Order: sequence, then C-alpha cells, then structure tokens
Amino acid sequence: MLYAILCYNEEDYVGAWTPEEDAIVMDRLGKVQQGWAEKGKLGPVARLMPTTAAATLRKGKEEPLILDGPFAETKEQLLGFYIVDCEGLEEALDKARELAAANPGKGCYEIRPVALFMPGGPLSP
Amino acid sequence: MSTDIGWINAALAAARPQAVGALLRYFRDLDLAEEAFQEAALRALSSWPKNGPPRDSAAWLIMVGRNAGIDQTRVRSRHVALPDDDAPLSDLSDREAEMVGRLDEADYRDDVLRLLFICCHPDLPATQQIALALRIVSGLSVKQIARAFLVGDSAMEQRITRAKARIATNPVAFEAPGAADRPERLGPVAAMVYLVFNEGYSASADEQPARAPLCEEAIRLGRLLLRLFPAEPEVMGLLALMLLQHARRPARFAPDGSVILLEDQDRTLWHRAAINEGLALLDKAVRHRRSGPYQIQAAIAALHARAATAAETDWAQIDLLYGGLENLSPSPVITLNRAVAVSKARGPEAALAMVEPLGDRLSGYFHFHGLRGGLLKQLGRMAEARDAFGRAIALAHSPAEAAHIRQILDGLQGP
Repeated sequence: MLYAILCYNEEDYVGAWTPEEDAIVMDRLGKVQQGWAEKGKLGPVARLMPTTAAATLRKGKEEPLILDGPFAETKEQLLGFYIVDCEGLEEALDKARELAAANPGKGCYEIRPVALFMPGGPLSP
Repeated sequence: MSTDIGWINAALAAARPQAVGALLRYFRDLDLAEEAFQEAALRALSSWPKNGPPRDSAAWLIMVGRNAGIDQTRVRSRHVALPDDDAPLSDLSDREAEMVGRLDEADYRDDVLRLLFICCHPDLPATQQIALALRIVSGLSVKQIARAFLVGDSAMEQRITRAKARIATNPVAFEAPGAADRPERLGPVAAMVYLVFNEGYSASADEQPARAPLCEEAIRLGRLLLRLFPAEPEVMGLLALMLLQHARRPARFAPDGSVILLEDQDRTLWHRAAINEGLALLDKAVRHRRSGPYQIQAAIAALHARAATAAETDWAQIDLLYGGLENLSPSPVITLNRAVAVSKARGPEAALAMVEPLGDRLSGYFHFHGLRGGLLKQLGRMAEARDAFGRAIALAHSPAEAAHIRQILDGLQGP
C-alpha cells in the first residue's frame, strides 16, 4: 500500500523563516528523506508555494468559476492530487477544466504552483 | 556572554511592528506606544545579554512595554499585579512563558495590519501616511525616511509630528477599519510596504546586513496583505515585484562591497524559488486584466528574471512596459528608466534624446547624470561624458556608488 503524507503548518510561521532558517529545515528534512530513499521507500516529494499563489477552479452550472486563493469548502476533502507540467497558470487551468469535465458532480480543483519537486526512486513492493 | 549587541538590535527591529502594534491597541496613543516600546527595548538591552534572548521577543517587549507604559500614565490594572520598579529584571524573564500564554501570536500579527491601516488613515495626505507608517511600523529614523522621500530632515520631522497630532484628535482612528474601508486604504498601505522594501533594497553593501531584513519584513507584510485581499491584482503585483527584485540579492554586490550592475550579475546566484513564486503571482494577477503600476514593474522584473543571460533580455518588451507605466503614472524617473531600455533596443541616440529634456527636474539625481554620462560615452562625446560622470560622483549617496562611477571615468579615453 502506498501512502501520501500531506504536510500542514501555519503559513505565517513558515513564511517568517529567514532563508537561512528555511535552509536548515530543508536540510534536516533531506536527511530524513535520504534514509527512506536508501530503503526504496521514497516516492515523489513536492513543496508547494504559499496559498497566496494559488487559484481555484470551481465547477459552476455552465462555465467553471475561477477564484483566487484556495477556497475549498470545509465539507470538501482532499481526494488526490496531480503533478502536471504547464507553461503557466492558463495551461494549468485548462488542465483543471478537462478534469472537471470528466468528473461528475460538484467539487473544485486547487491549482498550487510547486516550489520544489523531487521525483524520488522506484518504490519497493 | 558576548558583548556584541548586533543580534539584539536585529531582534528588536524584527519584533518592532508586532510590539508597537499591540501596544498601540492597548494604549490608543501613538506617542505613548512608541515610548513604551523604546523603554522595553532599553530594558532588553540590559536584560538579554545576561539572560539570553527570550523565546518570543515580541511577547517579551509587549509585556515589558505595557508595564512601562502603565507605570508612566499611573494607570494601574486591577487584574495584573505589576512588578516594582526595583524588581530584578530576571524575574520578568522567568515569567516569560506565562506572558506568551496570554498573548496569542495570531492576535499580534493582526496588530501589524491594524497599525498599517491606522497610519494610512484617509484623513491624512498620502505623504504623511507613508512617512508615519515608516516611522511607527518599521522604526526607521526620520533621516532614513527623509532620504527615501528626497526631502530634508526637519521637513520630514514636521510631517510626522503633524500626522501624529491629526490621528490623536480623531477618536475613531484607532479602530481597525471595517471591511468596507479597507480597499480605500489599500493603495497607501501597498505604497508604504513597497517603500519599506526599497529602504532595505537601496542600502549599500555595508548597510545590507542591517537593512536587508526590511526587505524580508516588506515581503512578509505583502503576503499578509494579499491574504486580506486575495483577489486584488495590484497586491499580487506588489508581492511579485518584491520577490523578483529580492531574488537578485545574492548577486548584487562584489565581495569588496562594490555594486554589480544587473547586466554583470551572476544569474546562477539569483534565488530561483523567489523568482518562481513571483512569476506565479504575476501570472495570476494578469488574468484579472486590471493592469497597474506594481504589475507592470513586476512584469519588467520578470523579463529580467526570465533572461538566462543579460544579452537575452527582451528590451523591446521592457521599453513597451515602461511606456505603459509612463501613461499610468508619469514621472521623470520612470522616463529615465525607460531610456535605459530604449538605449538597448534602439541605441544611445534615441535614449539620449529622451534623457536630455529631464535635466531640469533631475539635475540633482545621481542616476540621471550616470545614465547621461554612459550614453554620451557610447556616442563618443567623451568630454561631455566626463563632465556628466563628475556630476554623478558629486551626488552619490554612498562611497560604493561614487567608486563605481570613478571606475568608469578612469576608463574613459580620448578628448
């Protein structure tokens, strides 16, 4: 079974780190990841940009609605995620529109630029 | 314990907006809040070297400042027993955990914005709002603020005093603005945040360690502001602009402190993560199709950031963007900046034609003479170039600026 571990923290707190403090944290996390990678337990790792850089595509009656910021409603839960390679926000929104069209019902897609992406290695069974 | 107090000054500067904001909420008097902070800072200077920094500097300063302010106004709280004046300061540190418990961090982060919006009260003219905010929120000296505004010290002192007096007579000034009032004050608040950024960004190499934190503070305030106004494209543009400019910090100065021009910077040193965040924000802003000065400036910075080498810079596009900026907010400094792009895209002659008419208004401006000298030099008019560089040196703000021009001047040959 593969597991996703989703990181939550307060942006105010993380955003107040100096570049030096940030580098120390990333270094410590890197050491943890390295241990997993050596055992073939580490898949892709991503760090997202702050929510201020996010946009949301919400399914509307006809056209989907595009909003600034992460505006998922509290009754909506994170079901999964994609990492896609896009030229910019427009292309990312187009991709979200395609997903929205293929998916029945309501829901929304948060588009969050990725700040750091490490593809990881093959996972052992 | 080290006698070096540099770390204390840095901690005091970082905690200042939160601490003054909270003290102002408590005392509702700008002067008293500032004095209380000063008093707390003085006590920190005597206490922290002995006891080490408190876990939460802002909370420590708020509590000590609050007590000092209460003491000063002889108003005694009925609920909190105050320490005696003679009580050893170490007692204060021992109670630090308790203080932090009472001061919710989220609460005083909001105080910073409250402080910004109070300073940007619509009763005050914009220049007073910004001067006041720089003084109160960022703790810049009157001299530093006067320099940022290109006015004399005493004129700035007057401006700030007047602004304080005006706010003091307005009973509602200290209320946090309601949702409806916020957009009206957003423009001055954004301008203030950008000026704080520039105060840090324009510092010379030897001032950088002390003033670079202003850039980070401005970026932090920009993020805070964008979370209050998540759909405001100019706030996105402002944050993008600051991130894109700040990203160049590691490449802007040589080890000897001399300035490295944009075209000579080692672009591999630029902070990639900040650039990417700036580009993402700009991308988001553009979708609103409501252009503004910050978005345009961010777009110009983005074109520099996107060019892998200086030679690949899209100067024609930058020229167009500066044209748009000139239309929105005409200013001789913008025209001067545009002339740089014009010189790259269309040659020095076209650029010089653009620069010459600015002489009346920019004759006291270092960069005017520097750019003019550079253009004259390219056109082979050496004597005039030498004269222009000479004027630039006389107007330089820092030894590094002067040395840079002197270096060009030394390289000049011919009549």
